[in-house]
Amino acid sequence: MVHFTAEEKAIITSLWGKVNVEEAGGEALGRLLVVYPWTQRFFDNFGNLSSASAIMGNPKVKAHGKKVLTSLGEAIKNMDDLKGTFAHLSELHCDRLHVDPENFKLLGNELVIVLAKYFGKEFTPQVQAAWQKMVAGVSIALAHKYH
Amino acid sequence: MSLTKTERAIIVSMWGKISTQADAIGTETLERLFLSHPQTKTYFPHFDLHAGSAQLRAHGSKVVAAVGDAVKSIDNIAGALARLSELHAYILRVDPVNFKLLSHCLLVTVAARFPADFTAEAHAAWDKFLSIVSSVLTEKYR
Repeated sequence: MVHFTAEEKAIITSLWGKVNVEEAGGEALGRLLVVYPWTQRFFDNFGNLSSASAIMGNPKVKAHGKKVLTSLGEAIKNMDDLKGTFAHLSELHCDRLHVDPENFKLLGNELVIVLAKYFGKEFTPQVQAAWQKMVAGVSIALAHKYH
Repeated sequence: MSLTKTERAIIVSMWGKISTQADAIGTETLERLFLSHPQTKTYFPHFDLHAGSAQLRAHGSKVVAAVGDAVKSIDNIAGALARLSELHAYILRVDPVNFKLLSHCLLVTVAARFPADFTAEAHAAWDKFLSIVSSVLTEKYR
């Protein structure tokens, strides 16, 4: 179980307040599909994913990215109980979506990279470390109900 | 896994930018690695790992220089990194999982410093390139 210090919570919440969830969600999911093309296996009905620009401009990718990050936003309000927060989504990803939990780690790291791109110098090594813990906690929580 | 012509061009072009801040990028990459993934410090019990330490800076430079060597011989990365490959296999024996962590931290550093250049395509090309470099460095492990 991931435990966040008060400082880490403050770092995460503070940065999150400045994130454009729609934009960042689309970027992170888009980059996942571009950098690790095999992840496209989950999105057969998303239309044109034939090139980096097609993927990054794809409206379904952007919409889904926004959905995913909005969910993360909810988790940030409940950092002491990520497993509880994601229990239902965990079951969904196992039983209906059949997503290998490895993908949660990949997407988490894509989000970290997108945050680095947006925030530049402000995304210091300390800030990154807090966010790596966040995405690791979310990945673990999403995998928790797998059977 | 091999690099397409387009990927090679992207990698070389991005290296042009990275090389202008090579030492700083190397140092920052390691700082990020040790903070985000503290278990990686177990390979450096003999180092002073505090921010700004001379050893950290020297080692960061070394790492980025090796990446540069791979870029300069992008058609023969295995050849360029043969000595380093043996070093990692027989002497250093860094667990392969750590190359992914280091690669990720390098990409984070590059994304933070060159956001406009770090397009999805550049990101993909560099992720692939670092993956190949990591494979070369672990090639002789067993």
